[in-house]
Amino acid sequence: MLNEVMFYLFALVILVFSVMTVITRRILRAAVYLLFVLVSTAGLYFMLSYNFLAAVQLTVYAGGIVVLVIFSILLTSHLSERAAMASMKESLLSALATVAGAALTLMTILRYGFTPNQGADPHYTITDVGTALVSYKRDGYALPFEVVSILLLAAMIGAIVVAKKERTLKK
Amino acid sequence: MAFNIYDFSNLTHTIHVGLQESFSPFMATTLEWVIVGTAYLLFVALFGLLLVYAERKVCAAFQQRLGPMRVGYWGLLQTIADFIKLLMKELIMPRKADRFLYNLAPFIVIIASFLAIAVIPFAPGLQSLDFDIGIFYLTAVSSVGVIGILLAGWSSNNKYSLIGAMRSGAQILSYELSVSLSLLTMIVFAGSMQFSTIVEQQRGAWFIFSGHVPAIIAFIVFLIAGTAETNRGPFDLAEAESELTAGFHTEYSGIKFAFFFLAEYINLFIISAVATTVFLGGWMPLHFGNLESFNHAMDFIPPIVWFFMKVWVVIFIIMWFKWTFPRLRVDQILTLEWKYLLPINLVNILLMALVVLTKFHF
Repeated sequence: MLNEVMFYLFALVILVFSVMTVITRRILRAAVYLLFVLVSTAGLYFMLSYNFLAAVQLTVYAGGIVVLVIFSILLTSHLSERAAMASMKESLLSALATVAGAALTLMTILRYGFTPNQGADPHYTITDVGTALVSYKRDGYALPFEVVSILLLAAMIGAIVVAKKERTLKK
Repeated sequence: MAFNIYDFSNLTHTIHVGLQESFSPFMATTLEWVIVGTAYLLFVALFGLLLVYAERKVCAAFQQRLGPMRVGYWGLLQTIADFIKLLMKELIMPRKADRFLYNLAPFIVIIASFLAIAVIPFAPGLQSLDFDIGIFYLTAVSSVGVIGILLAGWSSNNKYSLIGAMRSGAQILSYELSVSLSLLTMIVFAGSMQFSTIVEQQRGAWFIFSGHVPAIIAFIVFLIAGTAETNRGPFDLAEAESELTAGFHTEYSGIKFAFFFLAEYINLFIISAVATTVFLGGWMPLHFGNLESFNHAMDFIPPIVWFFMKVWVVIFIIMWFKWTFPRLRVDQILTLEWKYLLPINLVNILLMALVVLTKFHF
């Protein structure tokens, strides 16, 4: 009962604010609505008692990406700015794309035969997660982890090079 | 054992069973939420007032003054009077502010603090959330608070607020790294992120003693980074009164200002409580290896008293920082984090891993 109430509450927040994120004309509000969506998703993970994923969702999306988005908005735009209204043609085309995307997703979901989990306890402990992350055996994540690290390192070096460009040109 | 007398789980269990018997499961759970929520609200409000009073007294002592003395005995009621005054103030809204975000910002800050306080173990059985990812959860929810600060600065439509928010955001984001890494050092040592397990492991000796050199380094780094993360002096350039007229909360008044103010003090408490739990043994009494009688004498002090004694010591140290060090410039703050604390932290994690691997600890 209480679980259902909480689920519908989270689902409502996710649905309403997903739409609000797209239709608002103030860019910072869009970022805040997105924050609500991401935090509610974390709430759903907590309901499934998959705490690790929920905390990752909060750290990476709410605490990381949204903060990054807000920071870049703070640096580039002003409070009074509003996004331009889309033209008729643009609205029509995007509506078409949205309906097509929604139809495809719905079809996939409705066709998939979901079976309730009856097997072993799907509950992971944090030890399992940690062991899997550094394991180099089958189903281990050591290689993906290292690949992502190298990707991030490359991105960081790239960002520094881009940011430094002007100073070297002046010399 | 003296421990069982002071265990709160009996009390909470009795309340739980009592509620389950007299109400439907739905009502019982809802009532439990209300009770727990009210308890936290009351605790935070009262502890916040106490912290403000302590801050003013500590500041006064460092400056050879008496501090508030007029209202109540030794000025004890001063902060309550101030709080009532704050509640009665008019709520001012800048004309061109973004109303929705302006009103939302203080709530984001205070909700993040409340979410974080939920995992703190005050005493045996006195902890509302005990995740297996405790410390990770704590860093996750406290990273949301900075959004409130950024929003407050931006939506006020005031250049001082905006500059304050940017400084504050950059500072919190950078120092979050050091806080997490120093906690990670201790996770390596403890082998667990669950607060109850971490406290339990310190029954014999607190981590700061058993983890010796790397634990002490991590403790010092954590204190510095934690002070910076709460935007307190000497890292309070985001709220520098003389340059920014108090930074991101310039345009706030009345209860909304009180929210920011309260959140800052709750964060101070959280940082101290985490330092206490992870480094100083949480509610565990002070024990020394084989001194039987000494250990038994220490057991008679209730765990909750131990917890708050340690928290107050840490709070005093952080207040000590504020009233003795001059304010850092923004470049100095970033240099301190990225060129000193971060490398020290990374080397320290390696050192801790070595200590754990070679079992060179107590």
